[in-house]
Amino acid sequence: MAATLETAQQVQEYADDGYKYGFVTDIETESAPKGLNEDIIRFISAKKKEPEWMLESRLKAYRHWLTMPEPEWQKPEFPAINYQDSYYYSAPKSMADKPKSLDEVDPELLATYEKLGIPLQEQERLAGVAVDAVFDSVSVATTFKAKLEEVGVIFCPMSEAIERCPDLVQKYLGSVVPYTDNKHACLNAAVFTDGSFVFIPKGVRCPMELSTYFRINAENTGQFERTLIIADEGSYVSYLEGCTAPMRDEHQLHAAVVELITLDDAEIKYSTVQNWYPGDEEGRGGIYNFVTKRGACRGRNSKISWTQVETGSAITWKYPSCILQGENSVGEFYSIAITNNRQQADTGTKMIHLGKNTSSRIISKGISAGRSDQTYRGLVRMGPKANGARNYTQCDSLLIGDTCGAHTVPYIESKNQGAVVEHEATTSKISEDQLFYLRQRGIDEEAAVALVVNGFCRDVLQQLPMEFAVEAQKLVGISLEGSVG
Amino acid sequence: MLEIKNLHAAVDGTEILKGLSLEINAGETHAIMGPNGSGKSTLSYVLAGRDGYKVTKGEILYKGQNLLDLSPEERAGEGVFLAFQYPVEIPGVANTIFLKEALNAVRRHRGEEELDAMAVLKVVREKTKELGISEDMLKRAVNVGFSGGEKKRNEVLQMAVLNPSLAILDETDSGLDIDALKIVADGVNALRAPDRATLVITHYQRLLDHIVPDKVHVLAKGRIQRSGGKALALELEKNGYAEFAEAAA
Repeated sequence: MAATLETAQQVQEYADDGYKYGFVTDIETESAPKGLNEDIIRFISAKKKEPEWMLESRLKAYRHWLTMPEPEWQKPEFPAINYQDSYYYSAPKSMADKPKSLDEVDPELLATYEKLGIPLQEQERLAGVAVDAVFDSVSVATTFKAKLEEVGVIFCPMSEAIERCPDLVQKYLGSVVPYTDNKHACLNAAVFTDGSFVFIPKGVRCPMELSTYFRINAENTGQFERTLIIADEGSYVSYLEGCTAPMRDEHQLHAAVVELITLDDAEIKYSTVQNWYPGDEEGRGGIYNFVTKRGACRGRNSKISWTQVETGSAITWKYPSCILQGENSVGEFYSIAITNNRQQADTGTKMIHLGKNTSSRIISKGISAGRSDQTYRGLVRMGPKANGARNYTQCDSLLIGDTCGAHTVPYIESKNQGAVVEHEATTSKISEDQLFYLRQRGIDEEAAVALVVNGFCRDVLQQLPMEFAVEAQKLVGISLEGSVG
Repeated sequence: MLEIKNLHAAVDGTEILKGLSLEINAGETHAIMGPNGSGKSTLSYVLAGRDGYKVTKGEILYKGQNLLDLSPEERAGEGVFLAFQYPVEIPGVANTIFLKEALNAVRRHRGEEELDAMAVLKVVREKTKELGISEDMLKRAVNVGFSGGEKKRNEVLQMAVLNPSLAILDETDSGLDIDALKIVADGVNALRAPDRATLVITHYQRLLDHIVPDKVHVLAKGRIQRSGGKALALELEKNGYAEFAEAAA
């Protein structure tokens, strides 16, 4: 039908101007020499003025990394990564002398965040969300630090945490994701640059949302941030993460590690809107998003909830997981993943039930369009001591057009007779009937698709904090522009 | 308002409408009756611009302009409304959200200012009250889990909110018991106005007891076989469509 041809043209138009965050900030940078070796790691560590133990831990990870194979079990296919062809440290020159307040931050950097819709100065004035802004390899500003410190909350760049609270860092860093975990996480342990550190003290409910905004700017540069959030007994925090990058023809590697720890009765709600540059319609460029995110519910009645909206990246390889150790602890994973054009996503979660009466809930909504390919991969493991443990998984895939793919790979391992595991999965297509019905009511085709998809994702969108929900809803529409067939 | 001249239309290469002509003026209500497979639903889809319904000959003028040049959403913007025989479910999308999107899309097309959520809700609440529809229906996902009667009432509600110039009701009576039928018919009657035309497509005459038409047309074998007043519907009720099926053969 003619509609197919029209769509092909639309896809091209949108691919050209659909990604709003593709601009480059022209700023003088200081980089490590290209490539990866022990000297580069020493360079990074020296730049961060790190203590000896940190450098040693990096080198140990690097030496182990050299021996590790690339993960091969995922569905996405891509040429081998040339690790020597990338820069591992890049920072704006103006950041060499650490600015003490927002007023001292390079105006060019502030303008960049403003353009991205995160006016740091304004956010400092308006209450609501505290932001840590990470630009390539460094954190350029963290707002509301002082106010948070009044209640004992520590929210700062990781490099600062190593200096300020080395005991906490040494105790918890790598305790959930050890450097031996997988090749990408191991690389991160060797070369990580910035990222956020959060500590919520006993009994404190963090008075505002915390947020980190990651921006890759420099060419041929990987971003390897490391985030560590510790919620002490009876505390609560909601943390948001956003990410974008310029449009470039080469692939850029983003290998981050996020570790969450909750002690007795504590709760962490971690939300992500991932909008890295996805590449063009032919699959040129785009970010390789190889991320290891894991939370450990160490305490009784503790809870970790992951919510993700994944629309960007050429390849997404990401499985935010929960290790449910504490009795009655709860793990949740709510995910929307949208792939269009040539994007590939292999994403899902792992729920490892170790403690008694632990429960987990997985709601995954995958939307594939264009010539993209998407896999939900999830593991639910019931350990021998997990008496009374329960899991509920619901996995829905929506296909738009007939050149995309959706795959569901659920692994269930139960070593406990009393544990209950439920799994439901559906695959559907946006129907011609739905689109015609909406168009007959005056809603154009693009908006009609966005409406149907938003409806499909509703269960997950509801989980997002207000500030993110509206943005995410719009993003759903933008990511699918020109995808109707 | 609507002028259809010698319309030929095909679906998947098979000609369904074979020279249909029809004229409806503002303020009028016309009924099209016909046996199964006569092309009734094809006519409504052609008027609404559904993909796959190909006009091979003839023309449709709507408010003096060529309707066939317009996309389905543009037609809706221009005031063409089709009440579906089988209203479609949109899971996860609340009725109010859907109504807001639709109303604002139509308003944009008409060069009117968009309404915010509160203003839309006010309009929608007014209409539910006028039509005697439960507000509970507004919060539910579009048509999901609705009974047959609720679905049709929801169509009438959308019609009232979008305020069309030409309303086409495609077998609105199908699947309704007599009470539900009456509620829907009352809703349609309440919307009758001098500047609006209504085309009621139906298989049975019973709907026309409630929505009394100015003219009745018999559609069979892809063409209008006969036109007349309300009495024609009663005659059909008595004698069936056999006569027309034969006449056209």
